[in-house]
Amino acid sequence: MQRRHLIKLAAASGGAALAGPALAACTASGSGSSDGELLLWSHNAGSPLEVAVTEDIIKAFNGSQDALKAALEPFPQDVYNDSVNAAALSGDLPDLLTVDGPNVPNWAWAGHLQPLTVSEEITGKFLPSTLGIFQGELYSVGHWEAACSIFARQSVLETAGVRIPTIESPWTREEFDDALAAVKGKAGYKYAIDFSTADTGEWYPYAYSPFLQSFGGDLIDRSTYLKADGVLNGPEALAWGEWFQGLFTEGLSNPDSLGGAEDFMQGNAAMAFHGNWGALPAIDLYDDMLFLPPPDFGNGPKIGGGSWQWAVTATADQAGATAWLETALSDEYVAEFANQTGLIPATDAAAELTEHYGADGKLRMMVDYSKAYATLRPETPAYTVIASVFSQYAGDIIHGGDVETALNAAVAEIDADIDANSGYGF
Amino acid sequence: MNAATAARRGWAYVPMTVLAAFFLFPIVFMVAASLKTDHQIFADMNSLRAFLPVGDLSLANYAAVFDRVPFWRFLGNTLFVTFMVTAFGLIVNSMCGYALARMRWKGRGLVFGLIITTLILPFDTTIVPMVYLVANLPWIGFDGLTPVLEFGWLNSYRVQIIPFIVNAFSIFLFAQYFKSLPKGLEEAAAIDGAGWLRTYWRIIVPLSKPVFATVAILTVVTSPATWNAYLWPLMTVQSEELRPVMVGVQYFFQLDTAWGEVMAYITMITVPMVIVFLVFQRAFIQSIASAGMKD
Repeated sequence: MQRRHLIKLAAASGGAALAGPALAACTASGSGSSDGELLLWSHNAGSPLEVAVTEDIIKAFNGSQDALKAALEPFPQDVYNDSVNAAALSGDLPDLLTVDGPNVPNWAWAGHLQPLTVSEEITGKFLPSTLGIFQGELYSVGHWEAACSIFARQSVLETAGVRIPTIESPWTREEFDDALAAVKGKAGYKYAIDFSTADTGEWYPYAYSPFLQSFGGDLIDRSTYLKADGVLNGPEALAWGEWFQGLFTEGLSNPDSLGGAEDFMQGNAAMAFHGNWGALPAIDLYDDMLFLPPPDFGNGPKIGGGSWQWAVTATADQAGATAWLETALSDEYVAEFANQTGLIPATDAAAELTEHYGADGKLRMMVDYSKAYATLRPETPAYTVIASVFSQYAGDIIHGGDVETALNAAVAEIDADIDANSGYGF
Repeated sequence: MNAATAARRGWAYVPMTVLAAFFLFPIVFMVAASLKTDHQIFADMNSLRAFLPVGDLSLANYAAVFDRVPFWRFLGNTLFVTFMVTAFGLIVNSMCGYALARMRWKGRGLVFGLIITTLILPFDTTIVPMVYLVANLPWIGFDGLTPVLEFGWLNSYRVQIIPFIVNAFSIFLFAQYFKSLPKGLEEAAAIDGAGWLRTYWRIIVPLSKPVFATVAILTVVTSPATWNAYLWPLMTVQSEELRPVMVGVQYFFQLDTAWGEVMAYITMITVPMVIVFLVFQRAFIQSIASAGMKD
């Protein structure tokens, strides 16, 4: 339902076209109204399999009732947020749209979204990290989750004499540092681990900030959501920054690595920190793949949580949107997305329906890592700025910039933005 | 030509060859990579093999492009919008340039100055207010046979065409060229009873083919709404059916980028422009040269 004001111009009588046009009717689609259409925007143009599952849901929904007709408009992912922001500016948002989990608070705060009214009986089955919550209200729910892990080869670790960690007993910081030195030295790799540093943007806060959190730091003080000072530049954060920079300055990782763990896939790096979407191609390439839990740097192993989710826009027909979501959030479709995309299904029941994430599936550990370690990026409207600032200064750290200077500068920018926006409602 | 001259010319080819290779390398890389798997593209990256069609070659990336992107639809949209913006732009801007260059009316200098002033505003700085503006503009559409007044141009061909028909630089080029034409021609036409419009169509336009060619080429190559249209349709067009080819490039950047397919796609959207360039090579060069010309 895009905003569209229509004023019918009709002949006052006799039907003479445009002769003495009169204002016959004026209709405007206002907040919460239903025009019989349910327009959906998604971020996945260019992913035909993903789009096909959404189209299947729409077909089932449209076939199940006559009151509403849903239609999908997919956008390319890299430019999706810009398109949504432009549409919000001009008042042309659709009824439902996909939103990346960490952006939910910002879009909710900006007034683009309305809280969901989907039954808790349905949403209660979903992984907590697939639910977009802002100030106690549920705004979005996702079909899938993503999880990062350490990609490694059993033969390489055995050659280097490195213990293989488990979810019950992950590597400590010392063990991880020793493992990195061993795989580079004894196994003879150019790099010990691949961090895909070319994937600038959301990858940096998604993949790298959980290490910061495992050290005891964070992107913002989550007790107030009003400042980053003290947590992003505190002693724990400095320790993380020094350690992380050391990986690159000591030659353990390539500061200019390609995206998609290509250093690992090309055999230039012994291990990689990568997402589960890259797991199946890695299994195809290497027959002894391991997907290991992240190390515990003192505050438990952490990985990023929160992927793409469905949300309802502020002016949408709430009842219609809820009806569509209740169709879409069935285990059948959750499983189908996982089968088609390789991403982690958001419910346990759906996991059992999938090829790889069931109890005996070869990627089952991703579900376990997500449940055990997923840490949501800060649930605040300030996150969009936090992400941008963190990416910039994490890049400085990777490329040898002074850690303390970089983190202090990041804190200054984040805190100034929060002040400028009067705390974003906190 | 003596030996010394020949040697001098020979040496001149050295830097030209180096420069030609420098500018050709990205295109050669693009075409070579479009025939390789992603794995091989990266494996070849640190050697000359990156520029050579060697290894496990196939047209699979080209086939995959059609699975991922409605290529013909996007290409058709771009060709249609490019044609409309260029054709209407030639008519409107040349008339505007003519009025400014040859007709005497009050405020002419001020209007010309204001038009020229808009040249210093980058498109990126005006795009947000433009989006807001076009989102609220009226339009007469039809509901069946009933005419309806609609508000909002977003998600349409008209939003990709109409705002870009008038172009300050094109008006400037036309005005400068028309000023150089002898006034005696118009005076003779006036004596024969021709009005402004007839003089424009029958006298001025036939004499101004070079500037029409220049403006047409510059419109196709540089306008933010024609062949390279990206940011504007990104912000104003939500329907896949109306998207141009350049936005299609983004379809390949998903969780893991399909680089071979990216190279195949940009090869496919580069080829038409290369063909146009080869056919109109001389006009292209003259256009670029004349764009900086003063009367």
